[in-house]
Amino acid sequence: MTVKKDQWINLSFVFGVIGFIGIANSFFDEYTIRILNNIAIFTILAVSYNLINGVTGQFSLEPNGFVAIGAYVTALLLVSPEAKQYQYAIVDPYPFVLSLHANFVVALVLSGFFATCLALVLSFPVFRVRGDYLAIVTLGFGFIIKIFAINYPEVTNGSLGLNDIPEFSNLYWTGGIAIIAVITVLNIVNSKFGRAMKAVRDDEDAAIAMGVNTFKAKTFAFCTSAFFEGVGGGLLAALLTSISPDLFDFFFTFQLLIIIVLGGLGSTTGAIVGTILVMGGSEWMRFLDEPMKFFGYTTPAMPGLRMVVFSLILIFIMLFAREGIMGKKELKDLFKGRKRSAK
Amino acid sequence: MILHVNNVTKNFGGVTAIKETSFSVDRKEIFGLIGPNGAGKTTMFNIITGNYEPSSGEVIFRNEMIHGLKPHLIVRRGIARTFQNIRLFSSMSVLDNVLIGFDFQARYSFFEAISRFPRFIGEEKRIKKRAFEILDYFGMSAFAHDKAVDLSYGQQRKVEIARALATNPELLLLDEPAAGMNPSETEELGNIIKKAREDFDLTVLLIEHDMKFVNQLCDKVLVLDYGKTIFEGKPSDAIQDSEVISAYLGDFHHD
Amino acid sequence: MFMQQMINGFSLGSMYALIAIGYTMVYGVLRLINFAHGDIMMVGGFLGFFGVAVLELPFLAAVLLAIVGSALLGMASDRIAYRPLRSAPKISLLITAIGVSFFLENAFNVFFGGVPRAFPVPSVLEDILEFGGLTIPVSALIVPILTAMLLAIILWVLFKTKYGMAIRALAFDVDTVNLMGIDANRIITIVFGMGSALAAVGGIFWVVNYPSVDPMMGVLVGLKAFAAAVVGGIGSVGGAVLGGLIIGFTEVVVIAFFPELGGYKDAFAFIFLILILLFKPTGILGIDFEKSRF
Repeated sequence: MTVKKDQWINLSFVFGVIGFIGIANSFFDEYTIRILNNIAIFTILAVSYNLINGVTGQFSLEPNGFVAIGAYVTALLLVSPEAKQYQYAIVDPYPFVLSLHANFVVALVLSGFFATCLALVLSFPVFRVRGDYLAIVTLGFGFIIKIFAINYPEVTNGSLGLNDIPEFSNLYWTGGIAIIAVITVLNIVNSKFGRAMKAVRDDEDAAIAMGVNTFKAKTFAFCTSAFFEGVGGGLLAALLTSISPDLFDFFFTFQLLIIIVLGGLGSTTGAIVGTILVMGGSEWMRFLDEPMKFFGYTTPAMPGLRMVVFSLILIFIMLFAREGIMGKKELKDLFKGRKRSAK
Repeated sequence: MILHVNNVTKNFGGVTAIKETSFSVDRKEIFGLIGPNGAGKTTMFNIITGNYEPSSGEVIFRNEMIHGLKPHLIVRRGIARTFQNIRLFSSMSVLDNVLIGFDFQARYSFFEAISRFPRFIGEEKRIKKRAFEILDYFGMSAFAHDKAVDLSYGQQRKVEIARALATNPELLLLDEPAAGMNPSETEELGNIIKKAREDFDLTVLLIEHDMKFVNQLCDKVLVLDYGKTIFEGKPSDAIQDSEVISAYLGDFHHD
Repeated sequence: MFMQQMINGFSLGSMYALIAIGYTMVYGVLRLINFAHGDIMMVGGFLGFFGVAVLELPFLAAVLLAIVGSALLGMASDRIAYRPLRSAPKISLLITAIGVSFFLENAFNVFFGGVPRAFPVPSVLEDILEFGGLTIPVSALIVPILTAMLLAIILWVLFKTKYGMAIRALAFDVDTVNLMGIDANRIITIVFGMGSALAAVGGIFWVVNYPSVDPMMGVLVGLKAFAAAVVGGIGSVGGAVLGGLIIGFTEVVVIAFFPELGGYKDAFAFIFLILILLFKPTGILGIDFEKSRF
């Protein structure tokens, strides 16, 4: 099997997606396009989240925090100064907040940049020592971001959040950046950096014994995840047009965790498959929260039942189908067939 | 002299694992570190590789003090190791396992990797070629794309040594390389180590229980017992030394 | 005023300590951050509430119900969700723990509603004692005293009984425990039971002091208690208590002197966690588990 064939598979996949976006944009209704936008943004988040959790094997719960940062940075840069004037109802904003303004691309890049910087800061306490402190520190970090968003109304407008964000996100933006994110992550995975990350996952001591700087491998993975989560947060803000601290609670991260676990931890293809299934299934599962009829009896509406089902799915996968759908395989492995048998 | 361990002591809490031990390994020597279980051999390895810091004393490699350096930096200075229970990267192919050894020798940056810059492509080609050379040397290139954990025990041991050699070491530490091998595999391993010493200009420091293996392979041995040196010299003399024999008596049944 | 703050700090710190002990013991035997532990504390609070408000049990009977119920739940979570993953990669165990945590929060949310409910505090605990100008609620006084008693029992179990020694041995080496002729899984079950029972006591104290229960109350408290366990030195029971007291005191004292920081009080524990990881990752009384790695 040659490298060329891999490239053909990937290239035809990319063109397929671009063609699909073109068709979707002209023929599909608004509801479907909205779901496709969500799928594109969650693809960005899932493939980058998978890099730290699946490829590097470091359990992290960071997405909601970094997505929130990206969303707030983009929102602050996109909302026009006039719109900001009347939005800040709790306290007057700092003057510099009013003067912030940038175009969409700059806003997205800055969103990613800020998230990356924070990720770098968090890397030092958690990656210098062993143990699973990354999970708890990132979990706490999500709460801290929320606390700041609520307690710092001079910048964030507190619990009211920011509104009237121009709706720049469309399928070309979200789909295009999703393609870039997938290619970037795959290029990292198929390089010495990706090999080092996998080595850390498989056996950290052995990786060190091969001269791998494991701190660097983990930090690169974490910061790359953070960058795309920041960008994804920006896209989300420009899709939803209004954001508030409650949007970025832990459920956000939990959804992504289910996506990558369902798809198969460590597989980028799996992260994409998982996104489509969970985002689609999540829409479908909304019926769980509504009143239901069983044999003529009507159960009352149970808001949150969907979350219970989600958590049971996660536990079930971990106990009985730990490899998820793809295991650690990628798209190209599916085309390999069974030509060569081991030994 | 390539490695000099000078008066090293290591305490864990109240327990002394190694007590005031000194020895020197000459260039291209095959040096055996032997002794009963719990004698401190693996602790000594972990001190040389930087996993533990000695409580006192120093480790000198090529005339530079290396104790206190981070383990991955010691590897980059030319000390590689294998593990007692083979520790290959289980999800990765044989080739990728060996390529990890080239990790710090591939010269391209993170952004060159993301953008598939020409230097990335050139460097990847270069290290892949060298990885195949090493695999060829061990007769393992046919298995390059197989998962390392699917191989037989003896083959895995070879891959582990190939992986260690990929880091381009001058000193190779082998932690019980013959453990779990049948006599013919052990003999083959001995020949490989001797041959690799010549072809890769290696110095070898090994821990081993199999005295026969040590006797035919090592130029020199150091016998540790409860953290103390009880013998240093030729392996053939070691098995006649009364102190060595009495230290081993309680332990022979482990072998 | 100062004495009163001291007592408040001691009381809050004791609650964190009770929960932190469970984190530190489970981490000791399984190297697992049991994310569901904070939620076990929530369940303890709910069971207490259920016993008093719905079953109309006497307060102490409700406390017993909470302790037994939580201990059983903790042991069940290990048996069902964690034990099948003993030989799986560590990340699977951690993901499952997050799943259990999210399940408990949302199951209680669905079945009991997300609105915080007032906890009917028994009148004895609402009494206010006066010592020469000091006004101290009985509940604030009783928490540290009971915590000290429970701690004494735990330490006695850990250091004086066969099972306690096995628990401590398990923290370092599974083989030693098997040599002692004790089933490691049984020890782990006991650890989950003990930790969960203590969390339930912490949960009861919590709902008495801040008299309401809600399904999400275990999240932040759990996070802070884990931070406390790391600050004190993960794996060490004494350290968990010390860390809990440090974080409890800090919260109370800082807010007493800088009321404007009130909105950020939930962030203090997190800052402590970051600082301790940067400067002394093994914690104040910590054990360096990494020594047994090779």
